[in-house]
Amino acid sequence: MAAIATLKDLYETLSPGLPGAGAAGLDRLRADGYARFLADGIPTPKVEGWKYTNLRDLAGVSLAPAQGTIDSAANTDLDLPSVAPGETHRLVFVDGVFNAALSAVGTLPAGVTLDSLRGLIESSPATAAEVLERFPAPKADTGLRVGPNPGRGQALGLVGLNGAFLAEGAVLTVGEGVTLAQPVEIVFIATAADGAWHPRLLIDVAAGATVTVAEHHVARGGGATFANIVSGVRVGEGAVLRHAKFQEEDDAALHLASVTATVAASGTYETFVLTTGGRLARTDVQVRLEGSGASTRVSGAYGVDGSRHADFTSLIDHVAANCTSREVVKGVIDGKGRAVFQGKIIVRPDAQKTDGHQLNRALLLSDTAEIDAKPELEIYADDVKCSHGATAGELDEEALFYLRARGIPADTARALLIAAFLDEVAEEIGDDRLRGYAIARIQDRIGRLTGITVDATDLAVEE
Amino acid sequence: MLEIRNLHATVDGKEILKGINLTINPGEVHAIMGPNGSGKSTLSYVLSGRDGYEVTEGSVTFQGKDLLAMEAEERAAEGVFLAFQYPVEIPGVSNTTFLKTALNAVRKHKGLPELDAMQFLKLIRAKAKALNMNDDMIKRAVNVGFSGGEKKRNDILQMAMLEPSFAILDETDSGLDIDALKLVADGVNSLRSAERSMLVITHYQRLLSYIVPDHVHVLAYGKIVRSGGKELALELEAKGYAEFGSPEAA
Repeated sequence: MAAIATLKDLYETLSPGLPGAGAAGLDRLRADGYARFLADGIPTPKVEGWKYTNLRDLAGVSLAPAQGTIDSAANTDLDLPSVAPGETHRLVFVDGVFNAALSAVGTLPAGVTLDSLRGLIESSPATAAEVLERFPAPKADTGLRVGPNPGRGQALGLVGLNGAFLAEGAVLTVGEGVTLAQPVEIVFIATAADGAWHPRLLIDVAAGATVTVAEHHVARGGGATFANIVSGVRVGEGAVLRHAKFQEEDDAALHLASVTATVAASGTYETFVLTTGGRLARTDVQVRLEGSGASTRVSGAYGVDGSRHADFTSLIDHVAANCTSREVVKGVIDGKGRAVFQGKIIVRPDAQKTDGHQLNRALLLSDTAEIDAKPELEIYADDVKCSHGATAGELDEEALFYLRARGIPADTARALLIAAFLDEVAEEIGDDRLRGYAIARIQDRIGRLTGITVDATDLAVEE
Repeated sequence: MLEIRNLHATVDGKEILKGINLTINPGEVHAIMGPNGSGKSTLSYVLSGRDGYEVTEGSVTFQGKDLLAMEAEERAAEGVFLAFQYPVEIPGVSNTTFLKTALNAVRKHKGLPELDAMQFLKLIRAKAKALNMNDDMIKRAVNVGFSGGEKKRNDILQMAMLEPSFAILDETDSGLDIDALKLVADGVNSLRSAERSMLVITHYQRLLSYIVPDHVHVLAYGKIVRSGGKELALELEAKGYAEFGSPEAA
């Protein structure tokens, strides 16, 4: 494969210049990543988990990590997205490179650290390597099914690629029992017409701690950029992490993300993904509920038009008993847009009293819109409650006429119904700031899709 | 106000309306009664502009304008209102968002300034109170989880907000118990005025005891076969629709 031959040169040229090069731990992590990429390559539709998402577009894209200028003063006027402007701790990356000038981390409570990965590596490569190894990695075999041809659920070449160039990223740790009131924001801004970045995002929430994290991927300028993000998440006993990703890159961008989370007893991991940008965007979420009473909410909203492609793939692995999972993914597909939903729930033999619920709904606005939905349940315990539902349909004609019969123009009526359809997903978000921002971004996207500004803000009806 | 001339309409190629003539003057309330399948609901949908109903012949003039040339939303903005036989549930769209959007679209069409949130809320609460609707019903998603009576009241609330000059009430009595019917009828009666006309479509005379019409018409197999005063409704109640024959006779 051409990409691999090119990458060999790239890796050999670039790795000696990466921060912390020469430190044993980091060198090994990068070498492991490179080896994984060589072994698995870029996933093709032959791999089960990539059957519906073809990465042929990657062939024309440079995989080399972008070499931005650090602390570039030229970028200080960039418009930064925020779920709560002025009230968050933020790390900003411009074209994949940490930008200290745009970042702003306020006074953090004792026990909380928020660092750029580059900064961490530069101050102590050995510590950075230790931190990196603490976090869970995605699994290739995403089921327990055995047989003559079990196949591979995933290919981890992209995760390997991310590891080969480990340098950029963010590390958040929240110590035991600490509640961080202000959200943490990790902001990726694409300004260049192309370029690739492979950031690593790590979030460690210790027992009894609570934190909210917003992750933004936006374009200010931007173009056919390639973001290859790998995230590791640890939620400790009784800890709560509310995590939202707002993927709003340029319509030409490629965005591939892999999130792996483990949740200890009575811990809660909520993750919401908004996908409205990119010619191809995929988020792959693996959540392992490892301790009794752990819970997760995995939700997603997407909008694709033109010939854009959005993929939401998830694996919720009920390892321990008494765990709860709830997954709601809804999207709107117009033009020749295509969406993929793959949602697997595994209930392992010890995971009795599991409560698992999954819902996937797609709204098709054109005859050429397409959704591939693949819900999968693998249940090996006998005392469980699991359900899943999938629907794909058009806008409700009855509802449309009802709105029009009250004087609402047809295009506004359509925009209102689309907003209502997607806003329901936002109701899954537990944090008010994340939810409010999600609704605002959904409405903004619908506005650009339909040319209609929908103000579906609930009017207060107070005395 | 409204002039229907020789109106023919088909649904899926089948002729349902076969030459309707009807003139409604300002302030008048007309009732259309008829057996099931006579074309009552088709008439209401043709007048309100629903897709899927093809007018093959005839004309409808509303306040001097060609009603049939307008889209559904234009008709509503011009002052035509349809109270639905089955008001539609719209999950995710709150009553307030829905009505504010509708009212401001209609006001914009009329060249009136749009209402802001405060002005709108003040207005809707006053109108809702008169219909015995509480704040919770105003805030909830349109008709979601509403009882049959609540849905009809919600439709009448919309009518009170939009202040149409011509309202079509399509089987407004269906699915209502007597208390709900009285509430809805009171709401409708409070909206009667010298400038506002209504077309009340019903199968049963019962509704017309509460909303007393000026004229009653019998629609059978796509044509108005008899017209009279309010006493005609009582006669129909006693005798039924049998004398108006079968489809073959029409």
